[in-house]
Amino acid sequence: MRFGVITFPGSNGDHDALMAVELGLRQPVEAVWYRDTDLSRFDALIIPGGFSYGDYLRAGAIARFTPVMGAVARFAEAGGPVLGICNGFQILTEAGLLPGALLRNQQLTFVSTWVHVRVESNRTCWTAGMTPGEVLRLPIAHGEGRYYADPETLARLEANGQVIFRYTDAAGNVTPEADPNGAVNAIAGIANERGNVVGLMPHPERAFDALIGSDDGLKILSAVLTAGVDAATARS
Amino acid sequence: MKVTPEVLAEVALTEEEYQLIVDKLGREPTLVELGMFGAMWSEHCGYKHSRPLLKRFPTDGPRVVQGPGENAGAVDIGDGLVAVLKIESHNHPSAVEPYQGAATGVGGIVRDIFTMGARPVALLNSLRFGPLDEPRNRYLFSGVVGGIGGYGNCLGVPTVAGDIFFDPGYSGNPLVNAMCVGIARRDELMRARASGPGNLVLLVGADTGRDGIHGATFASVEDPEKSHRGVVQVGNPFLEKLLMEACLEALRTPHVVAMQDLGAAGLTSSTVECASRGGVGIEIDVAKVSRREAGMTPYEVMLSESQERMLVIVRPEGLDEVRAIFDHYDLHFDIIGVVTDDGLVRVRDGEEVVAEVPARLFTDECPVYVRDAAESPVIAALRARDVRAVPDLADRDGAGVTPAEALLRLLASPNIGSREPVTRTYDSTIMTNTVLGPLMGDAAVLRVKGTSFGLAVKTDCNPRYGYLDPYLGGVHAVAEAARNVSCVGAEPIAVTDCLNFGSPERPEGYYQLTRAIDGMADACRALGVPVVSGNVSLYNESGDAAIPPTPTVGVLGRLADVRRHAGMGFVAGGAVYLVGPLEATLGASEYLALIHGQVAGAPPALDLALEAAVQRAVRSAIAAGLVVAAHDTSEGGLAVAVAESCIAGGIGGRFDLAPVLRANGGRRDVALFGEAGARVLLQAPPGGKAALEAHLRAHDVPFQHLGAAGGDALVIEGLLAVPLAALTRAWRGALAQ
Repeated sequence: MRFGVITFPGSNGDHDALMAVELGLRQPVEAVWYRDTDLSRFDALIIPGGFSYGDYLRAGAIARFTPVMGAVARFAEAGGPVLGICNGFQILTEAGLLPGALLRNQQLTFVSTWVHVRVESNRTCWTAGMTPGEVLRLPIAHGEGRYYADPETLARLEANGQVIFRYTDAAGNVTPEADPNGAVNAIAGIANERGNVVGLMPHPERAFDALIGSDDGLKILSAVLTAGVDAATARS
Repeated sequence: MKVTPEVLAEVALTEEEYQLIVDKLGREPTLVELGMFGAMWSEHCGYKHSRPLLKRFPTDGPRVVQGPGENAGAVDIGDGLVAVLKIESHNHPSAVEPYQGAATGVGGIVRDIFTMGARPVALLNSLRFGPLDEPRNRYLFSGVVGGIGGYGNCLGVPTVAGDIFFDPGYSGNPLVNAMCVGIARRDELMRARASGPGNLVLLVGADTGRDGIHGATFASVEDPEKSHRGVVQVGNPFLEKLLMEACLEALRTPHVVAMQDLGAAGLTSSTVECASRGGVGIEIDVAKVSRREAGMTPYEVMLSESQERMLVIVRPEGLDEVRAIFDHYDLHFDIIGVVTDDGLVRVRDGEEVVAEVPARLFTDECPVYVRDAAESPVIAALRARDVRAVPDLADRDGAGVTPAEALLRLLASPNIGSREPVTRTYDSTIMTNTVLGPLMGDAAVLRVKGTSFGLAVKTDCNPRYGYLDPYLGGVHAVAEAARNVSCVGAEPIAVTDCLNFGSPERPEGYYQLTRAIDGMADACRALGVPVVSGNVSLYNESGDAAIPPTPTVGVLGRLADVRRHAGMGFVAGGAVYLVGPLEATLGASEYLALIHGQVAGAPPALDLALEAAVQRAVRSAIAAGLVVAAHDTSEGGLAVAVAESCIAGGIGGRFDLAPVLRANGGRRDVALFGEAGARVLLQAPPGGKAALEAHLRAHDVPFQHLGAAGGDALVIEGLLAVPLAALTRAWRGALAQ
């Protein structure tokens, strides 16, 4: 399965995503520069973290207007699996491919730490094969990661099972202390209705080897290997 | 040109220095030339007080690939790779505008690393502030920490370690020392030496503005508060990220012959240093430099310190390929000149030549000063004070400060307590190499992808030791940083240092500088670690007072097998040992300062042979898999070190310090909180007691069994018993608002 890593000026998680796919998943992967518009050679896309365009206007607000994002939207529309991590999640919400927004962290400072997230649904390309209730240990590193959606949208997301990752303690309990940025309903990651587009603030691509703290991220990245094939089949 | 005292003051040159310039040039310098001399002959660029002293450092070793004199040092780490490292100060800008001062400090040190063709893989920072209960210090602290995170996080280089110390001596003059480590292929290492007459000189990155003019000079005069805000530059980490990627890519082509970042003294120092190192000349035309603002004079263009700019020397035939790389990253560049064979730095403004000076006049002919050295009698008297005259800790409640109270106060001290409020704001996991990040061990540990080995890094310096005895301060700075690196299982292989001192023009300041350097040099020799790069920041004074001598040391270590490392947290059950001497002293201790309000006494003497033996025993024990936790015993002494390892492991323990008490004449305060070098706490895995003891005996180092970890309280028999939760709460609150 061929992965593309969408890279903007200011992306800095692109290299980690390439490494995670190459060393962790042992799948072919290549970086895609923001001017590229042909994504037909890929089976799955990752929009990595970083500070695209310096985050100077608002995280993700400029990247959404780049040529490659039109192609990403078409890829997603056709059912292709797309994973937005951190800044990638922010870009997907700015582009309207995922609902809601990412606000400045409640404590108003950047937060870099390890968190636990509970898998809430396995009916997406990036959680297929996982067990709901399963707890993953992943790093976070962001200044604008506080997920927010208006009450109506939030209710719809919860009802549809589109909230797929929630911050919890190690035992899987939602507690105020376990929510690192004040996200509404402790939301760490969501999916679109169809389940092929997923965004999350934690970094699965930084957790592909127990030596660097965890290999739980591989569960997310590898889910698409089986789920993605179905999506690809559905597309053709 | 009419040279008045005001003109000379503006460029911070003395009358004698001006006369020297006239003699060497055989004529009066132009205004542009004078500004360039002012910058190049500043302490910051010219090292005119420190150069003779720096020769005392050992700089050679089997692993040294590049010693001092380049943008950064480089050491061989195996598999055809080198680690490139450098530490640099940004003290003066940070005192005026803390966020941008610290941010641009990070930007500058990262450029020093990728200029060498190395991919930056780790950032560290060593920070010094006045006490946080003064609002101005709190403002500087928040600003500096914000700037470091703001720049490093955006750049995508993890900030993995560092050190912070608070002392009234830094009020008004904080220290911000940023260190970066990079990795390069040995055969792809690049030097900043221009060569090949006819090769093109490119200026890449940001446009040039009026920001930071005279920054190098500014860093070399006392009392930055008197200077104005306009000399502090503003950083753009987004641009730096593009510059870094583009430069690393351009360096992989065969067309780039040299690269030099524009730091202090901007275009002046970059062209001069590139030409001087390469033994060639450079001719540039300032009219070709893209400007941020209209009406800039050649003088301003040559001395601007606008950030995120690189000088790149390219073979003409490779220009198109290099251009394509910069275009890809949307980076602008100007071809501003050529390399020449006449050894001159010639600056034109269109047709007019505004400066023409042999490059080596700026570098090799910079005057060097040796000053009178004399210790301040006030400090000598403080050192001679009998610190054992303070009353011992109470042996029962109600009879004074109890051991438990003292421990809780020390853990809550800003110099000892948790750094998490700071480290939590730095991205430490990006690049997926961080094996031990902040708070996990005594040093950070990074893997090197594609190899089995690892790197360890740490900065250290106890300025209280340096204040009371600059020689011992230098010794301990090297020993402690190396010890921390040994405590994670790595062999120290290189030192980079940042010498932060007051004015060398006063005998007591020059004394501190020379003695600290002697101490560092002796420790480096004893531990077998060469100095490969560094930076000097003098004139750190505010009002009449100099900062405490602060020779910050960054040590790089290497782990042969990165999987064999040790963190600092105790695990349940394993036996705990103190390796090293049992004797300690209250002299210059955190305990004496915090509990008795005294900065006095002699810092602990250090047996460097024993220090080397202890470090060797510790890292070989870790490499052999005989250790589950290792922790350096320094500020706060033995009881604080034990408590820190309990907190890190989330477990209590029961310990018997009777032998330590006996060795210290029955003094509870000295046994618990006295300080000494060459001491490390080691924990054997459960069931691993005999093997670890045999190992330590074979290494012929003194060691003492102290007890074992377990339970939910720290119990030191007959002295204290404190619930782990109380220890953790005190420690966590140290830097809280």
